Amino acid sequence: MARPARVVRTIVLWLVRIFFGVILGFPFLWMLITTFKRSPDLYNLKNNPFIFNEPPTLDNLRLLFNETLFLRWIANTAFAGAVVVVITLVLAVPAAYALARLTGEWGTQLGIGVFLTYLVPPTLLFIPLSKIVAALGLQDSLWSIIVVYPSFTIPFSTWLLMGFFKSIPKDLEDAAMVDGLTRWGAFIKLMVPMSTSGILTVVIFAFTLVTQDFVYALTFISTAAHQTVGVGVATFLVRGDVFYWQSLMAGCLIAAVPIGILYNIFLDRFIEGFTVGAVK
Amino acid sequence: MRQRWLGPAMFMPAILYIFALVGVPFVMAFVYSVSDVKIGSEGYHFVGLHNFTSVIDSPSFRQAVKNSFIFTISSQILVLIGANILALALRDAFPGRRFMRFLVLLPWVAPVSIGSIGWKWILDSVYSVVNWVLVRFHFVKEFDAPVWLGIPKLAIISVILVHTWHMLPFATVILLAGLTAIPRDIPEAAAVDGAGFFRTLFQITIPMMLPIINVAVLFGAIFTFTDMTVIYILTRGGPFDSTQVIPSLAFFTGILGSDLSEGAAISIFMVPLLVIVSYFMLRTAHRAEVT
Repeated sequence: MARPARVVRTIVLWLVRIFFGVILGFPFLWMLITTFKRSPDLYNLKNNPFIFNEPPTLDNLRLLFNETLFLRWIANTAFAGAVVVVITLVLAVPAAYALARLTGEWGTQLGIGVFLTYLVPPTLLFIPLSKIVAALGLQDSLWSIIVVYPSFTIPFSTWLLMGFFKSIPKDLEDAAMVDGLTRWGAFIKLMVPMSTSGILTVVIFAFTLVTQDFVYALTFISTAAHQTVGVGVATFLVRGDVFYWQSLMAGCLIAAVPIGILYNIFLDRFIEGFTVGAVK
Repeated sequence: MRQRWLGPAMFMPAILYIFALVGVPFVMAFVYSVSDVKIGSEGYHFVGLHNFTSVIDSPSFRQAVKNSFIFTISSQILVLIGANILALALRDAFPGRRFMRFLVLLPWVAPVSIGSIGWKWILDSVYSVVNWVLVRFHFVKEFDAPVWLGIPKLAIISVILVHTWHMLPFATVILLAGLTAIPRDIPEAAAVDGAGFFRTLFQITIPMMLPIINVAVLFGAIFTFTDMTVIYILTRGGPFDSTQVIPSLAFFTGILGSDLSEGAAISIFMVPLLVIVSYFMLRTAHRAEVT
């Protein structure tokens, strides 16, 4: 191996990394810079937008927290996320176990069928669902999305957990059942505790899927105070044609980064779910 | 004996939930599309294919169908090229890899509405930072700096690029998983036999990754094709429907325009693609099962 070839290779690799890093990360860097800009600085075309021509300010954050519904939206999202996670776990964990263990070959088929429903997009279902939500008396309420979101968190979570349960050796339950536990007892006392990391993964993903939605919250909820952060920031921080860009960017950044960190920790399992077993 | 009903008892609640909130509305979408249901209206009248004929006759709809395919296909091509290059660049350990992975993931993980708002500000008609750079380095004159979201051609390009930006991380992490699953000795053996970097890439690495590339493309295509958030935030389908897509038109017609039945008819046009993608997903899943 010629050394110069190695050097060139390393340089090219770093150039590629920097190029993509800049493009993918730029909007978030831009949110960060904008957040601390004073308006006269921001809205002056003569100024270099990459530097602070006037000292940075916290006023935009103050406006965001004190004079908008931002905290309310965060709380709404957290609450809806928590309830959706609970509903998802209660329904998906037993379902995944049953489909992975109890029902034989057609359990797997049914599992794939469940996963396929995840592919049916909100933009196809939101029109009929708006009528269903109205029929349930949930329109313009946070509960509308709490009821609807499990329709996409359950398929994905069931699929993920099925893979997880399948990876636990069958002998363990058989031994436990020989020792006198029932099948249900083996599930509750043995399998669920052993799957803590899988269940934790599902908690994170169900929660992030909730934060990702835009269409359902936009369709079902019209009152600003009932909104989630994804729709609230993107639609209600704009009054008429006036964009409060600094506070808007601050809200975007605060909403995006913690989710990003959480997600990153659990990424590998997420990939396992999506690759449908195509990677072994 | 108890076992016979224990299994069904454990999975039925989940299945019923999905049936009620995916299966039922899915069927209702078809039922609505042949009716005259409006927001707030009572009752149901069958109108046959009336909604479909009026939808197909509308220039907005034809534009939306065309755009849906243009946006999906062009952004997926860009994603595929970008994700392959980026995955190769991220495969080996390097200082800062963890941070890089976090950074690369953000566009996918951050709520898409929020990423789109970020871009709306970057592409602002007056204060666009892109334009500032272009003017600063004398690529364009200040008075004719591009209005990214206000001129049809530029708006189309902007939307495609934002979709690409959003989907690239997803494809990258999936391809990265495929790449790390290839046993290292195979490409190394090829190198020993004298195959250069590109030969190894195109004759060994990429063919071995095809199943995984398929998965990334199928999901990417479906997520992009059915997304209305990017459009809703960046352009509202404008200017003059130049960036209208099927899902956004369904939203504007069905929800904002209160014409549920016509909105449903529009959204039905996404189904053929969904069926095709599902078919290929099933094949991938079954093949994974066999091996």
